[in-house]
Amino acid sequence: MNNVKEPLFHISKRGELPWYKGWLVRGCAVLLALIACAAVTMLVTGENPISIYATIWSGSFGSPRRAWVLFQNIAILLCVSLAVTPAFRMRFWNIGGEGQMLVGGLATAACMICLRDVLPNWGVILCMIVASIIAGAVWGGIPAFFKARWGTNETLFTLMMNYIATQLVAFFIIVWEVPKGAGKIGIINQQSEIGWLPVIGGQKYLLNILVVGAICLAMYVYLNFSKHGYEIAVVGESERTARYVGIKVDRVIVRTMLLSGGLCGVAGMLLVGGTDHTLTTTITAGRGFTAVMVSWLAKFNPIWMVLTSFLIVFLQRGAGEISTSFGLDQSFSDILTGIILFFIIGSEFFINYKINFRHAPKKEA
Amino acid sequence: MKKMVSILMVIAMIVCLFSATAMAEGKTLKVGFIFLHNENSTYDLNFINAATEACKKLGVESILKTNIPEGQECYEAALDLVDAGCNIVFADSFGHEDYMIQAAKECPEVEFCHATGTRAHTEGLSNYHNAFASIYEGRYLGGIAAGLKLNELIESGAITEDQAKLGYIGAFTYAEVISGYTSFFLGARSVCPSATMEVTFTGSWYDEALEKEGAAKLIADNCVVISEHADSMGAPTACEAANIPFVFYNGSAADACPNTYIVASRINWEPYFEFIINAVQNGEAIPADWTGTLETGSVELLTLNEQAAAPGTAEAIEAAEAAMKAGELHVFDTATFTKDGAALESYMADVDTDEAYTGDTEVVADGYFHESEFRSAPYFDLQIDGITLLDTAF
Repeated sequence: MNNVKEPLFHISKRGELPWYKGWLVRGCAVLLALIACAAVTMLVTGENPISIYATIWSGSFGSPRRAWVLFQNIAILLCVSLAVTPAFRMRFWNIGGEGQMLVGGLATAACMICLRDVLPNWGVILCMIVASIIAGAVWGGIPAFFKARWGTNETLFTLMMNYIATQLVAFFIIVWEVPKGAGKIGIINQQSEIGWLPVIGGQKYLLNILVVGAICLAMYVYLNFSKHGYEIAVVGESERTARYVGIKVDRVIVRTMLLSGGLCGVAGMLLVGGTDHTLTTTITAGRGFTAVMVSWLAKFNPIWMVLTSFLIVFLQRGAGEISTSFGLDQSFSDILTGIILFFIIGSEFFINYKINFRHAPKKEA
Repeated sequence: MKKMVSILMVIAMIVCLFSATAMAEGKTLKVGFIFLHNENSTYDLNFINAATEACKKLGVESILKTNIPEGQECYEAALDLVDAGCNIVFADSFGHEDYMIQAAKECPEVEFCHATGTRAHTEGLSNYHNAFASIYEGRYLGGIAAGLKLNELIESGAITEDQAKLGYIGAFTYAEVISGYTSFFLGARSVCPSATMEVTFTGSWYDEALEKEGAAKLIADNCVVISEHADSMGAPTACEAANIPFVFYNGSAADACPNTYIVASRINWEPYFEFIINAVQNGEAIPADWTGTLETGSVELLTLNEQAAAPGTAEAIEAAEAAMKAGELHVFDTATFTKDGAALESYMADVDTDEAYTGDTEVVADGYFHESEFRSAPYFDLQIDGITLLDTAF
């Protein structure tokens, strides 16, 4: 027995951690990420760490406008994260948020361009809302239908749908480009502002923030206090149990994905109709994928997602500000964002597993 | 939970207020620059260098933002520069225009200047301005160098007169590019009357692989001198490898391609930057359109590579340049080209941009096409005889 060599360390699964310990680990990860970012920036620029942190802070809160932009970005990211969450709770890995958002944006732009001479402004906006929800729902519903009917792999399927959406958008950009040959749509209806979501309180980002806030609360209630939410949880735990208690699993899958896709479509609509008023293939800026992380880190809890999306957007904007104010290339902010995400994702490992080091052999008495 | 969120919001608001008051405005002039790519693109590098030089020379502060796409990001970057206390915001790419106009509408106290745009003279905003340069004059001079090279090849017996074919790699099929390759061609034909030209398009302003492929295609098609209007080193590397002489744009390639690089034309943006900075400092108005010329130092030729150029090139270019400055030589002289076999007597150009490119202004008078006079951005978009377009997909 004593001859067996124990390895220097081994990894074992942790039991359930109390929630505050989990957040402690995550907090440490963010702290370490900030230290690592400062270290890398110091090496590159020779700036002192305090000014680096001050710059990160000013990237988000340097001016009222930056704060609004921050909250707008949080709102859109949160919206997509909320959208993919019901699917995740069901263990349906919808990584097609990107594509569902894009087709939502495409439908919105189509309404703004094709209906501007036909309908009054409120009619265009109404059509935008309906069309974007339908477009997103269809984009999410197709993989769900195939999964429910033929058991196809939803991860691959939703991923592939992203590429189709990107190509569709690229095609329509050429159809609607202004001027011909520019390869860009530019700002849609810049003069008439038809199809632009109304500005409330003089703040153009406020409407988006309020809408997403409402969606967040509604999603919390839907998942935790409704019959649908319960069915989603049961299907997620075990499809067989769900079937045994009489839940129609196929129907739940399709229904939930229609909701998930539809909400992604709304996010696309808020982006195109609410703030950007244009359509590009990169308008989603990878949010469909970042949303997976936001949702996961928050343990699929809509309220915690406010915090996780804040964290990610805050750090991203800080990283962007570092590269501008220290005269570095914008690619440098991608490097910093990469470092930050590495630490945050890595922290999940330490929450789920622990490392046991070899103990020094005890002396025999 | 709601309590926590509201506390967070309150903290955020307080911090915002503090940071806002902390950002006191500096006294020196501040200029913000928005660039589409970074210094790896010859197009943007040309702007970046000019911006840094001009600000250093006049002692004003500058903030540079690179890699800003032609979308909402441009609008946000412009407003962010305004918040940082910039008195002038400049953007360098055509697709930035809508977003610059949007920002200009919201910040009437800041001057917004945009290179290559077309809408300033019709938009009616007193703080939004376009700028360009008569780069077609520079390309015409580059064309003379290419034409003399063709003559040299004919004289040495390497090609016959009928084989004097130029090749040109363009980005897109709009006026800026058409005006460019036509002036290059006319410059070449002014010294080599039998010259013809083939043009291929990449559909991108910066795609090293596609530009390289385009050059390879033209070389395979027996083009003997190449020029281009796109932003990477793709075409020069292909030409150097195949030992085909070429005329470059925006930067000298004398070091990278010593055997084949002849000459390059470029727009020097420093005069414009100095002009707008001085105007704001002195409280003078900036015109809606500003066209830099050979005279203002905005259009210039870079190092002539004697090793690759034909003998007498420097003298020929100098003579043509002097004639242009004196107003004796016009690039788009209607006596020097035909369209569909007939001389051009009248042309309605699309000066006031609209979606369908409807002609609205008569631009032919006094025997030449008045390019870049009614607005700064080029509007010469005619297909003249002697030039073959290989593909027009873009």
